[in-house]
Amino acid sequence: MRYLPLSPDDRSQMLGAIGVPSVDDLFKDVPQSARRDGLLDLPMHQGELEVERAMEAMSARNRPAGAGPSFLGGGAYRHHIPASVDHLIQRSEFLTSYTPYQPEISQGTLQFLFEFQTQVAMLTGMEIANASMYEGATACAEAVMMAGRLTRRHKAVLSGGLHPHYGAAVRTTSQFGAMDVVSKDPTLDGGEDLSADLDDQTACVVVQNPDVFGRLHDYSGLAAACHEAGALLVVAVTEVVSLGAVKSPGEMGADIVAAEGQSLGVGLSFGGPYVGLMAAHKKHVRQMPGRLCGEAADVDGRRSYVLTLSTREQHIRREKATSNICTNSGLCALAFGIHVALLGEVGMRRLAGLNHAAAVDLAGRLEKIPGVTVADGAFFNEFTVTLPGPAADVVQTLADRDILAGVPASRLFPDRDELANVLLVAATETNTSPEMDALVAGLTEVLS
Amino acid sequence: MKPDTSTGHKGLELEEPLLFELDGRDRSGVDLPEPDLSNNRLGGLERTAPIGLPGLSEPEVVRHFVRLSQKNYSIDGNLYPLGSCTMKHNPRINEKIARMPGFADAHPLQPESTVQGALEVLDTLGHWLKTITGMPAVAMSPAAGAHGELCGLMAIRSAHTANGDPRKRVLVPESAHGTNPATATLCGYKVDPVPGNDRGRIDLSAVKAKLGDDVAAIMLTNPNTLGLFEDEVLEVAEAIHSVGGYFYCDGANLNAIVGRVRPGDLGVDAMHINLHKTFSTPHGGGGPGSGPVAFSEALAPFAPLPQVVTKDGKLHLLETKTGEAAQSFGRLRSFHGQMGMFTRALAYMMSHGADGLRQIAEDAVLSANYVLSQLQDDMSVAYPAPCMHEVLFDDTFLEGTGVTTLDFAKAMIDEGYHPMTVYFPLVVHGAMLTEPTESESKASLDNLISTLKYLADKAKSGDATHFTEAPRLAPRRRVDETAAARNPVLRWAPPSSPAQAAE
Repeated sequence: MRYLPLSPDDRSQMLGAIGVPSVDDLFKDVPQSARRDGLLDLPMHQGELEVERAMEAMSARNRPAGAGPSFLGGGAYRHHIPASVDHLIQRSEFLTSYTPYQPEISQGTLQFLFEFQTQVAMLTGMEIANASMYEGATACAEAVMMAGRLTRRHKAVLSGGLHPHYGAAVRTTSQFGAMDVVSKDPTLDGGEDLSADLDDQTACVVVQNPDVFGRLHDYSGLAAACHEAGALLVVAVTEVVSLGAVKSPGEMGADIVAAEGQSLGVGLSFGGPYVGLMAAHKKHVRQMPGRLCGEAADVDGRRSYVLTLSTREQHIRREKATSNICTNSGLCALAFGIHVALLGEVGMRRLAGLNHAAAVDLAGRLEKIPGVTVADGAFFNEFTVTLPGPAADVVQTLADRDILAGVPASRLFPDRDELANVLLVAATETNTSPEMDALVAGLTEVLS
Repeated sequence: MKPDTSTGHKGLELEEPLLFELDGRDRSGVDLPEPDLSNNRLGGLERTAPIGLPGLSEPEVVRHFVRLSQKNYSIDGNLYPLGSCTMKHNPRINEKIARMPGFADAHPLQPESTVQGALEVLDTLGHWLKTITGMPAVAMSPAAGAHGELCGLMAIRSAHTANGDPRKRVLVPESAHGTNPATATLCGYKVDPVPGNDRGRIDLSAVKAKLGDDVAAIMLTNPNTLGLFEDEVLEVAEAIHSVGGYFYCDGANLNAIVGRVRPGDLGVDAMHINLHKTFSTPHGGGGPGSGPVAFSEALAPFAPLPQVVTKDGKLHLLETKTGEAAQSFGRLRSFHGQMGMFTRALAYMMSHGADGLRQIAEDAVLSANYVLSQLQDDMSVAYPAPCMHEVLFDDTFLEGTGVTTLDFAKAMIDEGYHPMTVYFPLVVHGAMLTEPTESESKASLDNLISTLKYLADKAKSGDATHFTEAPRLAPRRRVDETAAARNPVLRWAPPSSPAQAAE
């Protein structure tokens, strides 16, 4: 077996040195009834060629989003990733290292985490950020628990515009704790007055920008109302590229930002692994979950970086920890950081602008199709259209013609019959004009 | 030591400023056209404030990150004996497979008819995991080991709640990973610590004494965090089941028993499997991980959403609490799980096969016991042999030398080794938990052994300074963590302008 260096001769020499006749003797503490002598009922080992072939066959039974027109969003977005991102994250020293517990030989990981924290704070308009979370929805759930600790209150109000997976993760994670979660209904007209739900038990209000239907909101007024009531405003962002074009949550008065960073550097990968972003005010850092990297000095006075404030964390605090989280999404955070570094200020703004321009272009084309109604109002790179019939059927019909038209709202809200005809459509810098033509032609034909 | 050079560089090892300190202004490493925003629909919410990012060309960015990488230790470079972390070889075919377009470029919300291969990966990996654990169900979505613990405890709480009483306490050995008590607390349980016995195993009589009908579960790591197999595990399982409680097994140490012992045969009701340990998905400097959870028949109905089911010969994702998922405790995260880790882990399992998986456990345990046998006279082994896949030393051998476990670890750095896990488990004084894994050749193990012998001799010879001053040769010497925590600086900020400074 190519991955196992020990030869039969090595093994017998080592057994001799240990002083036991057989490897079975090393397993003598396993109760007799639980020892398995035979092999598991699984295939035997295979060479690299055979494994590659088998996996390639499975890969071929998927349609890659980029193999044709694709307008899917709904919390995961297809963007171009510069080749150097994937090359750099595959360097052995990044890919095959562990959590930087020994800072003297982990400055590479630590410095990029410090840079990542800075980039996330800048993009979200917040003072500080942590070294990443699993992904956006779990970051959102952690943000709600953090708000509970900070305010010592136990009610969270979730906007109807919050991605339903995020809402579900919040409800699941807090269902056994002390947090009461009030989930508002999704509405297509956008009218939602969350300030009416604020009371003296409200720890936080959770909103999303752009919301799950792609709409942009100015949450400044809501932020003021939250603060007036002693509550925190949590802003979720599922399309982080929007931050290059849109006023940041920090500028709107957000207290905690929980975001999905997948759009920058990470790729679709059928839903994971992604990278959760969390940013907040500096004064709240001691209630923040997850790893934090801080600046330090070594004994020679040289600037260094180190994991810090770990007294919040489970390996020190055990049952009193701020969270049970023990890892972050290090390599995805690195990919994010490299992509953002490559873009820079100009690139980030242009990328966001191109996304918006593509979506505006597509909305203009779809508006002209008889039977299709494009939602009014402000959006970034995703918007909803209402079709004359169930969107899921249209999506399936077009998928059979190799066009991925978007995400039917029924996929995200299966219990909401009133959203059955709604389709979420996203356009990014990767969508070409002929792809948009193909969608328009396909949709026109299916609806006629 | 700080090099005596004009640049601060040390040969191949280059000092590197922060990205934000590089000379970057209006350049970009990505060529993008200027967008036409004459017809914008941002509703007056345009960003007006600068983000503050530096503008760098591609070669500058590449050089920056290559230089950073060169300051990291890695398993590709040398043996990485971090106990409890299973730092084994990461095959590159797995990287290639994860990047196949059908996997890497599949959107999670594509119609099921267009992602049958991706669902097949979930289903096939699930089958391997069920076969390896000997358990009937597996939840794929947890993002990491600790997330898997949360998933397992939520299923346990849901099962009790369905039975009319969620119960109050969870028994957790004092030697457990910190995530275990943190997770139990998050699920609304009171943690009741259980001491170990003098053989390094959980004290069965203490477990029995704590049992009651308010005990929801026990969380036991097996092999445990001291590197020992819990030889009374069947009795523990029987005891917890006798009061209607569940047996949660922390599967962090599955590498020691894969293919030889099925956790299901030990009475386990729920166990997370760290794909980034036993099944070699790269640790990536601390994630992303993946922590699928295997369930017993009793807990399977409460598994989270989504679930993969077969209907009419096609694979489907069950995303609502209906059908076989009617009692599911809900969704833990967005989408379906760590697909990029699933493809890597599945490729790893297929490469080994039933025969290779069993050999993994045997070689991992053999290697740890070989290290133990060669060092038992030089260092102090905490518990008598045999160990499982990791050997635990305590600091008795350093008594009176003026050298601490931390000093010893830092001296290993100068010798070219990443230290073992130190000061964990907490129940052993000055713990050094050493896990060589099955990826090391005998020559590599012998090199580690001779290095540790040399250091143990040196400590005993009275040369404490060699250790207290270490590391001398690493990119950095010891870092002042206390000062960093006292006044946390968590991001770069632009130097204040002269005007501000004057205020």
